[in-house]
Amino acid sequence: MQTVCLIPDRAVDDTSSQMQVRVNKDKPQGSHTGNPITSLRRGESGILDRIDLPEPDARRLMEMGFLPGHTVVPARSAPGGDPRVYQVDGSEIALRRETARHLILR
Amino acid sequence: MAECHDTTATLPPPTSGRTRHVVAMVGPPNSGKSTLFNRLTGLHQKVANFPGVTVEHRMGRMRLDIGRDVFLIDLPGVYSLEPRTEDERVTHDVLKGQMKDLPRPDAVLLILDSTNLGRHLALAAPILSLGLPTMIVLNMADDLDRRGGKVDVVELANQLGTPVALISASHGTGLNKVIEFLSGATLGIKPKPPLLQLPVIQDVPKTRDWASNIGRRTQYRAPAPPIWTRRLDAIFLHPVMGPLVFLLVVIGVFQTIFTGARPLMDAVQDIIQTSGKWMGAALPDNALRSLVVDGIWSGVGSVVVFLPQILLLFLFIGILEDSGYLARAALIADRTMYRIGLQGKSFIPLLSAYACAVPAIMATRTIENKRDRIATILIAPFMTCSARLPVYTLVIAAFIPEKALLGPFFGTRAAALLGLYVLGFLAAVVTARLLKSTVLKSARAPFVLEMPPYRWPTLQSIGLRLLDRARVFLRRAGTVILGVAVVLWILSNLPLHDGKAPEIGHSIAGMIGHAVEPVIRPLGFNWKIGIGLITSLAAREVIVGTLGTIYGIEGTSQSVGLQAALRHDLTPGGAAALLVFFAFAMQCMSTIAVVRRETGGWRWPAIQFAYMTVFAYVFAFLTNQLISLFF
Repeated sequence: MQTVCLIPDRAVDDTSSQMQVRVNKDKPQGSHTGNPITSLRRGESGILDRIDLPEPDARRLMEMGFLPGHTVVPARSAPGGDPRVYQVDGSEIALRRETARHLILR
Repeated sequence: MAECHDTTATLPPPTSGRTRHVVAMVGPPNSGKSTLFNRLTGLHQKVANFPGVTVEHRMGRMRLDIGRDVFLIDLPGVYSLEPRTEDERVTHDVLKGQMKDLPRPDAVLLILDSTNLGRHLALAAPILSLGLPTMIVLNMADDLDRRGGKVDVVELANQLGTPVALISASHGTGLNKVIEFLSGATLGIKPKPPLLQLPVIQDVPKTRDWASNIGRRTQYRAPAPPIWTRRLDAIFLHPVMGPLVFLLVVIGVFQTIFTGARPLMDAVQDIIQTSGKWMGAALPDNALRSLVVDGIWSGVGSVVVFLPQILLLFLFIGILEDSGYLARAALIADRTMYRIGLQGKSFIPLLSAYACAVPAIMATRTIENKRDRIATILIAPFMTCSARLPVYTLVIAAFIPEKALLGPFFGTRAAALLGLYVLGFLAAVVTARLLKSTVLKSARAPFVLEMPPYRWPTLQSIGLRLLDRARVFLRRAGTVILGVAVVLWILSNLPLHDGKAPEIGHSIAGMIGHAVEPVIRPLGFNWKIGIGLITSLAAREVIVGTLGTIYGIEGTSQSVGLQAALRHDLTPGGAAALLVFFAFAMQCMSTIAVVRRETGGWRWPAIQFAYMTVFAYVFAFLTNQLISLFF
């Protein structure tokens, strides 16, 4: 499997999940749908939809907090804008643009 | 209360769980696991490598009030238990009792960052499903409190069916509950199954949902973002100020390990020389004295001299790492390092290699990507380390007349020295590109770097690390280097002529020098240089002393007599070739030993040694031929 898409069964998940609440509240008006997180401006939030990377890489990113349904906010970066720090799931994680462009927004 | 106060410093190996209890400490990176480990074990710890892997772990002993010992194993930081990376495999194997020579732990301390509980609690799922007695240790309680977060510890314990402690490892608060658990764990308390059924382990989103649910049931309130971290990042990651601060830090580190360490190194040198003379006077004049004073003492001493430099460097790295700045430095350096096929985390180790490749190679442990780490280790010895300086100084002073080029501070000799630094750097870049496009081509593993909040480094953590580095370094000086020193002494003092040591030309070393002469003549070297090349395998600067011995002149790089002797014996082409050879060759036992230790076998040091020697030979040959055309 080349791509990891893990949302569908999450929507019908057990009790009303905190994440879902956030999903409904913060959902952007389709402006970023299908765009990578690199399209967000600094401080602008978006909701992660999927990670278009091979399974082990996607897993690693998910363990670091880049889970589908979570809010991602770009923060500061190295000079030149790459790599950039992203605020996600209570942590600040830096990714290179070459990786971040495979993280697609909902 | 946390530190043990008895005086036994040696740590017996763990035996089966029957007599001594083994407790594994597990947690994600940046959870403060090591700080807690240091708190609990103090000086009673040692660093060890698991057989066959490069992952190291620390083991420590802690004496409980009930008069029993507990062995703590500080396992590498992991985000999950799925055995993919080497760190994860080691943690997995130890916890499952599949690690050779190590019994299955009797209990687990799971250390989590309470300020980031949602994400960190996900690791509790696979740990709890192991069924071992487990205590969840929520660290950074002070931070959680200050930033207005909270968690119901009693309810969390109730939900998970395990004891929970809310502690601050850096302040030492809340530790009594941990110690209580360790006493209880030795009595064999089994955990109850959690109230909320554990998720399927392999699935990250499910596990994370489970953690969120637990968090909600225990009224977990995540703390506000760390204000000071944001404020500091506004400076350290500022588009203009960030690189400036970075540059200042780099210059500061470089200046300190280079200039600041000088007086300390001179002091150590003085102690070694004075004590050597003192020993020489005390011992009877025979071969044994020569072996002890000229062989062992000065041989081992020539390596021990670098101890202050190494410790200063690790002091810097320790502060940078524990404070959280190292992650920012790696972020800033990443773009540049990426161009030569490496990554941001390679920068500090490579910078350190300008002082000495040995601590630089030890510092590569911060690089998680195995291939990037090996590539960094392989190119580090190309950086111009301080041991090359005596050789460079001697040869440059002998062959290059001083002329001002740019004002009084930059002359021909400084230019030549700078040129050699550039040469080493270029060789490193070329090699890195070569490696990363062939054998060490990473499968494009994404560069993921967590930015931990800034924290004050604790004296204990840094002190213990320095102690450990000093121990590793001195142990090597006392074993590998000692052995080499003895062998070199024997080679240059045998066979005996009329019961006396031979002239160096007739010693075994001399014979080897003569034997290798045909091989090195194309480089413009004679047999005397050949002996120097062989003895400098111990450490580069040894060649200066050796040449001194061969010519019967005081062997220092400032020696005018030695310079004259070299001018007599070497053509300009040969001298340039000698410089080039030293810029590229891996003439250093310590580096070979540390590469073997860090890569877990002889394969990489062998490849590295062969590559660098061939590289050095080819370029020294070309240099000699080219310069001989003009002079």
